Amino acid sequence: MPSFVINDKCDGCKGKDKTACMYICPNDLMVLDKEKMKAFNRAPDMCWECYSCVKICPQQAIDVRGYADFVPLGASCVPLRGSEDIMWTIKFRNGSVKRFKFPIRTTSEGSAVPNGGFDEGNGDLNDFALFTEPASLHMDAVPTLKK
Amino acid sequence: MANFETITVETDLLIIGGGMGACGAAVEAAYWAKKNNVKVTVVDKAAMDRSGAVAMGLSALNQYVGVGAGDNTVEDYVRYVRQDLMGVTREDLVFSIARHVDSTVHLFEKWGLPIWKDENDKYVHEGRWQVMINGESYKILVAEAAKNAIGVDNIIERVFITEPLMDGDRVAGAVGFSVRDEKFYVFKAKAVMVAAGGAVSVFRPRSVGEGLGRSWYPPFNSGSSAYMTIKAGAEMTCQEVRFIPVRFKDGYGPVGAWFLLFKSAATNAFGENYMVTHAEELKKYAPYGLVKPIPACLRNHLGMMDIFAGKGPLYMQTAEAIQRIAAEAGDEKAAKKKLKTLEAEAWEDFLDMTVSQAILWAAMNIEPEKKPSEIAPCEPYFIGSHSGASGAWVSGPEDLQTSASKKDYFWGYTNMTTVKGMFAVGDASGASSHKFSSGTFTEGRIAAKAAVKFCVENADRPNVSDATIEEFKARTLAPLDLYEANKNYANDDNINPNFIKPRDYMFRLQKLMDEYAGGVSSQFTTNKHLLERGMELLAMLKEDSSKLAAGSLNELMRCWENIHRTWQAEAHVRTLLFREETRWPGYYYRADTPDMDEKNWKCFANCKYDPKTGEWTMIKREIHRIVE
Repeated sequence: MPSFVINDKCDGCKGKDKTACMYICPNDLMVLDKEKMKAFNRAPDMCWECYSCVKICPQQAIDVRGYADFVPLGASCVPLRGSEDIMWTIKFRNGSVKRFKFPIRTTSEGSAVPNGGFDEGNGDLNDFALFTEPASLHMDAVPTLKK
Repeated sequence: MANFETITVETDLLIIGGGMGACGAAVEAAYWAKKNNVKVTVVDKAAMDRSGAVAMGLSALNQYVGVGAGDNTVEDYVRYVRQDLMGVTREDLVFSIARHVDSTVHLFEKWGLPIWKDENDKYVHEGRWQVMINGESYKILVAEAAKNAIGVDNIIERVFITEPLMDGDRVAGAVGFSVRDEKFYVFKAKAVMVAAGGAVSVFRPRSVGEGLGRSWYPPFNSGSSAYMTIKAGAEMTCQEVRFIPVRFKDGYGPVGAWFLLFKSAATNAFGENYMVTHAEELKKYAPYGLVKPIPACLRNHLGMMDIFAGKGPLYMQTAEAIQRIAAEAGDEKAAKKKLKTLEAEAWEDFLDMTVSQAILWAAMNIEPEKKPSEIAPCEPYFIGSHSGASGAWVSGPEDLQTSASKKDYFWGYTNMTTVKGMFAVGDASGASSHKFSSGTFTEGRIAAKAAVKFCVENADRPNVSDATIEEFKARTLAPLDLYEANKNYANDDNINPNFIKPRDYMFRLQKLMDEYAGGVSSQFTTNKHLLERGMELLAMLKEDSSKLAAGSLNELMRCWENIHRTWQAEAHVRTLLFREETRWPGYYYRADTPDMDEKNWKCFANCKYDPKTGEWTMIKREIHRIVE
């Protein structure tokens, strides 16, 4: 059903004004049922299975069940996203399991400096060189048309 | 009328969207705005961390030129794009993005994006222009830089923009509503940048149930860019050049690593490589069909020839490719080690950007090193940033014009549409394909600098009357009012003769586009008569858009998304009808004009809607060669 919420694990982000999944879903699908204090996916057939809700959930209460109209039952892909890498556990229909770990960033969270440490350039609004150019190109000048 | 509070935001540059283009614009605009005392505001329907087509992540950066290291020239890239689009491209715009894109990629690396490196500290290439990344958090990193540049106070999330605001021929801002609170938003700006993505779910998807959302491009790309620019009266280009990617079937997982990195072959069910067996067909599309890389539409076309001939399914011969690379590694131990690396790379390719495909493989017990996997053409999408080309017609930079091109390609600020003060980037700007994620971010930067300059040089504030704003408010909220007035008539919330719900409306749009404008079930084939009939049905659908009803804020957003899709659909059908040839077989076929016609149609097919009269004009524009 694309993403779904595991009843036992979801705590509705403790009733704050919005849950983590509501905050992140790019298609505005996740909603909190305030009576049950559980989030749910209001339109599974509009879900891209982007896993943004799965990755952000502090309780690991969201999983994905492959689209019912073409995915055979029995498989799952479960991510565990840390500050430097992401670990995936893939379960096959036949029961076999594969695990993979991939890096997600080389810097600490929040540290992205817009100029990337490059010289910011000549600051001329009328020039076609952009912010940090030409240094960030690793060149002396921005290329133009050879006429 | 629904009782919504009106929030007015006065700014100088309004950026609409939160994806790669908008983030690039925010980073660049922040720098120039501070120097020039210009205020910048970003408004987005989602949350920037996971907004746009890169929400899930990516496994490669598809545009890196390597000019500084002398690997390629900017001119090389222009020739590549020109070739892929069958000669129809704005070389000035492609050049403009390609000369700056390396700067963007180098910034990404500094921000923390893991780019694969080889033993000589050079980027690992998937293909000539593509570099491999560990891209799960690609979008989060880029959003982080954007937020750090512009400040979170200048980013308004979860507000859906419905309409552009105009002051005569100049853009004056935009209106929309919060999808979380009962608030109507009015943005008054000197310049507006449209960076709201492409259009998906205009055509009926292959899926029949839950999988409707598993489009290759995300379902939240709902045609807002096209709508905003068309409704403002901007000239549009390449509205016929939709994109149909061939991907792993149903999950729509990426094939780039398989074709380019692993050098895998695709075959029909009988093991025949359609690129070889149908090689003769390519001569019909000379000169484009005769030069490598063969254009994406022609690769599609040769595969489709086998599908249409009943020789499907098509397969990516993954096992063959992996075994070959492993064997080349040397002895048995080395081969085994190589196999393990390749396996991880193959799975990461999916997990970084299309987890659904990984689930599908796991559910079908597919291990790519052991057996081949089915591939198929997806449904059509509007994505000017990839191998499609649809978008607004924008000004190129002055220094990239020849004496001949200047009269047609240059009218001032770079990336400004034909509407004064309205800029377009990414999927919103046309005829500048193959910018992908890195190029789209770059185009956002280019346009942002130009837009700040526009704000400085056009310091007077455009006017919009209060009466106009009230009119827009009523129109924006109308679906809520219509629902409220009629909801008690019938005992079913969705079946009511007085209105149509957005979900049903979308299905109606998709069915007519599929059947009349060459969707999946029509094998991407149409003709003049089908298109004319499609226009009749589309006209009735457009009339019925005034009957769209919403029972919630979420449904109100769906109503507006589908209005936006409808205008993208109309621009598409009109342009399919106008261009009397088949230049991009594999994207669509005009059965009544089945051949490419270089003499009459080697040109841009542009269109323009006049907001004052409601009339559309079709325009042929000359193609200028800037690079030999």
